[in-house]
Amino acid sequence: MRKKVMFYPGCTLKGVAKNLEDSTVESARVLGYDFIELPGWTCCGAVYGLAQDSVKFTIANVRNLIKAQNYGKEIGDNRLIAVCSMCYNNLRRAHIDVMKNKDKLKTLDLFMDEEANYEGNINVLHYLQFLKNDVGFENIKTMVKKPLKGLKVAPYYGCLLLRPEEISIDDREDPHILEDLLRLLGAEVVDYPLKNECCGSYHTVDKKEIVGERTYKLVSVAREMGADVIATSCPLCFFNLDKRQEIAKKKHSEFEHMPIVYFTQLMAIAFGLTSQDVLHFDKHYISPEEVLKKWL
Amino acid sequence: MKYTIKKDPHEDERVQKIIEISGQNIFSCYQCGRCSSGCPMAEFMDVLPNQVFMFLQEGDVDTLLNAKTPWICAACFTCTVRCPVGLDLAAVMEAIRELQLRKNYDYVDPYKVEDREELPPIAMVSNFRKFTP
Repeated sequence: MRKKVMFYPGCTLKGVAKNLEDSTVESARVLGYDFIELPGWTCCGAVYGLAQDSVKFTIANVRNLIKAQNYGKEIGDNRLIAVCSMCYNNLRRAHIDVMKNKDKLKTLDLFMDEEANYEGNINVLHYLQFLKNDVGFENIKTMVKKPLKGLKVAPYYGCLLLRPEEISIDDREDPHILEDLLRLLGAEVVDYPLKNECCGSYHTVDKKEIVGERTYKLVSVAREMGADVIATSCPLCFFNLDKRQEIAKKKHSEFEHMPIVYFTQLMAIAFGLTSQDVLHFDKHYISPEEVLKKWL
Repeated sequence: MKYTIKKDPHEDERVQKIIEISGQNIFSCYQCGRCSSGCPMAEFMDVLPNQVFMFLQEGDVDTLLNAKTPWICAACFTCTVRCPVGLDLAAVMEAIRELQLRKNYDYVDPYKVEDREELPPIAMVSNFRKFTP
């Protein structure tokens, strides 16, 4: 009997990042957890509002937290797992924000008169934190069927798992939680000094050239450090580093492409889940098939 | 760089608005430059993050409203977590954007965005949240 845990997928996992959703849910299933999609979840808003005089960016997140509070009581578990870095960042920030600023929570409670008030007991976790603290890395090791021996991976955290400090899942300047997991899966982790640097984020919509330059730098350094692939957890970092290599290549002819993968895909492969229904390599601009074929 | 002291920032309504919206005491910046040295976007900016505070302290908001910098900041919080006096620079950048956005200014026109089909939803949601009213 698998344990039920609430899972917040977020909008991007339902479309372009289907590979992230399926590899997350399926790898959790192997570890003995049923990730149940939070009933009635809505968009997290992607970026948290920084204006102090506005509550509009917090409403959707508190609504999601209230939904988790209701459903959590039903299944007897207050953990809400997100794997998209933006979703994790937003939900966690909203929780901390309204717990710190009770006035803000009161305003929101008055505004949302149909919903129950938020009691503040939802534990928003990123999948990596859940794997480390709740599942236990030692339990993950026993499930590895195909160790990724010989695969050189550059771990890429991006911004939103580490900053601001209050939501950081690990040391913000020198995190190692992703490295630890990748090593458990048998992969060789390369030293990647740009692992916590920004990819250019939402500039990919209106300033693609900037993101192309960032991608050029991030991928070239990973290549220099000897990596075969870059592993990430954020669908926006994934899109930027994967798709924007097109622009990087146009501008820098010596640039060499590198496939980008989600860490959950590597976990699924190590667990022996190699079906395309889980991995969805068709969602990649640069296919990782060639690099990963030894384990597929 | 050439700049002139405009007026007492304590009496400048727009500086006060930026302080109010961001919730940051812009006068506590002492120009150590740590924000600009670690900024992944600095190479694309016309005014460096530490210079933003210099202009604010001199009451020169016009320069900032005409600068590209607030629209180049990607809110990655690298400077915010490293600032020795604990200033949230990302919030100040947002406040400068808000001064314009709250006058119904569209920095990005959603209808003119190319390849909307392939962009992930979070890219568009976050972009429009930062760059449209």
